[in-house]
Amino acid sequence: MTASRRDGRREQGRRKVAPIDGEECLPLLLSHRAGNRLVIAAASPEARKLGLHPGMAVAQARALVPGLDIAEADPAADAALLARLALFAARRWTPRASLAPPDGLFLDLTGAAHLFGGEAAMGRRILVFCGRAGFAARFAVAGTPGAAHALARFGGGGLCPPGGEAAALAPLPLAALRVEEPVLAAARRLGLETIGDLLALPRAPLQRRFGRTLLTRLDQALGRAAEPLDPVVPEEPPAAMLRFAEPIATPEAIEKAVDILLGRLAETLRKEALGVRRVALLGDRVDGAVQRLDVGTSRPTRDPDHLRRLIGAKLETIEPGYGLDAIRLVAGRVEPLAPEQLSGAKTVPDLALLIDRLAARLGARHLYRATAVESDVPERSVARTGPLAPAAPWPKWPRPVRLLSPPERVENVVALLPDLPPRRFTWRGRAYRVRAADGPERIHGEWWKRGAEAEAVRDYFQVEDEEGTRFWLYRRGDGVDHRTGDLSWYLHGVFG
Amino acid sequence: MIREMYRNLARAERLAALRAEVRALESAGSGEERLCLPFGLEAIDSRLAGGGLAVAALHEAAGERPGPADEAAATLFLASIAARRSGPVLWALARRDLFAPGLAGAGLAPDRVLYAECGRDEDVLAVMEEGLRHGGLAAVVGEVGRALMAAARRLQLAAEEGGTPALMLRRWRRSGEDPLAPPSAAVTRWRLACVPSAPLPVAGIDRARWRLALARQRGGEPFDLLVESPDAEGRLALPAPSQHRPRDGLPARRAA
Repeated sequence: MTASRRDGRREQGRRKVAPIDGEECLPLLLSHRAGNRLVIAAASPEARKLGLHPGMAVAQARALVPGLDIAEADPAADAALLARLALFAARRWTPRASLAPPDGLFLDLTGAAHLFGGEAAMGRRILVFCGRAGFAARFAVAGTPGAAHALARFGGGGLCPPGGEAAALAPLPLAALRVEEPVLAAARRLGLETIGDLLALPRAPLQRRFGRTLLTRLDQALGRAAEPLDPVVPEEPPAAMLRFAEPIATPEAIEKAVDILLGRLAETLRKEALGVRRVALLGDRVDGAVQRLDVGTSRPTRDPDHLRRLIGAKLETIEPGYGLDAIRLVAGRVEPLAPEQLSGAKTVPDLALLIDRLAARLGARHLYRATAVESDVPERSVARTGPLAPAAPWPKWPRPVRLLSPPERVENVVALLPDLPPRRFTWRGRAYRVRAADGPERIHGEWWKRGAEAEAVRDYFQVEDEEGTRFWLYRRGDGVDHRTGDLSWYLHGVFG
Repeated sequence: MIREMYRNLARAERLAALRAEVRALESAGSGEERLCLPFGLEAIDSRLAGGGLAVAALHEAAGERPGPADEAAATLFLASIAARRSGPVLWALARRDLFAPGLAGAGLAPDRVLYAECGRDEDVLAVMEEGLRHGGLAAVVGEVGRALMAAARRLQLAAEEGGTPALMLRRWRRSGEDPLAPPSAAVTRWRLACVPSAPLPVAGIDRARWRLALARQRGGEPFDLLVESPDAEGRLALPAPSQHRPRDGLPARRAA
């Protein structure tokens, strides 16, 4: 194996859509707008079999094949997917992976292929991975990015022996050289079809006729000119790590180690003006198992004392077993946090710190603010929102402080229809005689939420019994039209 | 007979002197002068040791009778105390029947209340303690069925440390025993009962009325009186004697 730099190039097609059993897959086309007509951007294998190919007008395709599934192309999402794949490649296969838009990746295999059992084995593994992830891919390895590109796209992929680029490229068409269409057209007019035709000609007239690009691309493919790659750099989350000469197992030692790590992490975060929203503490046990502890914060923070308290509350969940070899602290999610001002005056303690501590104890979803929802139905008028989110107030109608859920049926109600309050009623086996009452407050059903409520009406009354107890009762129906409710009475809440 | 009277008098004086000493010791312990939250009602404030509710202390309230009505009154009473301070309020719940719009009616706007849903009484107490020690809250309210003396003492200490009132709603449990019967470390213990409101000359319902009974207070005597439920700013009121009662909806007319 020569020490020359070798590049693998992978071409990646559109994500395949697996056909659902029993359902025939329609030929799928992606369209994009070119000028004022719709053009096919990509076609599924079924569509290609029918003779539809990218570049064809959608109207023509529709005329040829009825019943096409046509969706709009989303180049931004394609680019994002390609970038994610590049990041994955950079983490998994080689540190130098770069994008070849719109649908390719360059992987620099120098010094990495032997880790995967050689170039051929590595290529197979990558293809298997792509197949599993739903990509149709081709893979070619060559000494230069240009040659790898040409072989993957036009040569059917495979390995190009070191120094054999010129021979491997010679039968390929000129389009494999990554040059623009006008240059290709000019070359075709001169009868130049393959790269081999080009190689046989003297260079000077070529440059005069076609400009620099063609020769530069040719030189890059053959390794005569340099072509630097721009690798994607995976962003590493801020982290701190401590390895121990002797495994530690006592809570005191772990606490001390966490202290040191928090100090380091805070320093890293301060330099980059970041704050953490989620931190993971990972303990590598002697037996290879990893112990993990996660804490979250409601606002970005880098205060080591606060994080120590949050972690300390859960530290007992770490089981050191025979001891921990190493402890890592990884900031799973970070957000920008400007440098804070140190003031001498005693300030009001930050509510977010309390929220984090309570959330660590109870779980974040058990900590909330109540906010108004635009609904007059009492049980729907309150929604939970985040503990630091703004909360909207309710209209100032009298409302009970305790609400029964669900409302409880009351019996033996004596009331004059249609809109006088009840005179007496029985609730939970006890009879109540009403002394004073207010109402009705009519609340209509929300037909836009549930069809059954289309005509429903509730008439609410605030009543006081002889002992001074105040209840919130309602009657289903307006007392006139039987479609609005069955005139049954319910107790919905208790006022103080 | 006269000697007996003197002895009683001397005893009362000695007791008063001892109480003053204990109070001095207690306030010395907290390091700074005790802050008080007055009710704004002379009839209550003058009978409370310190002229109001001690801010850095534990206060308990319960309904006089079992059942939701008196408990709702006690809830509103505690909410009104919290509403009269400024700042966020932590409300630790064990049951899910609290209705936030009702609290807003007693002066606790929704953006001031942070709810913590706890499973058990122990969690409520632990959350309350955490909130009290934080020191940035206007009040911490907890709904508790059972609280041991030791837990109450911890809350009292936490309240002193954070300078935050701890308001504990003692809920009646199924067993039917009075939640305020066992001793507690609370500085004041209140009992609330709904009583009939004043009848109106027209159909309708007047402001709710409660019998507010201070069952126990440290450094003072128990008392009870009738009050009207809190208004939208959390202020209680004394029922106007009927002959001086202003006509509803109209300002009192003045003699020319």
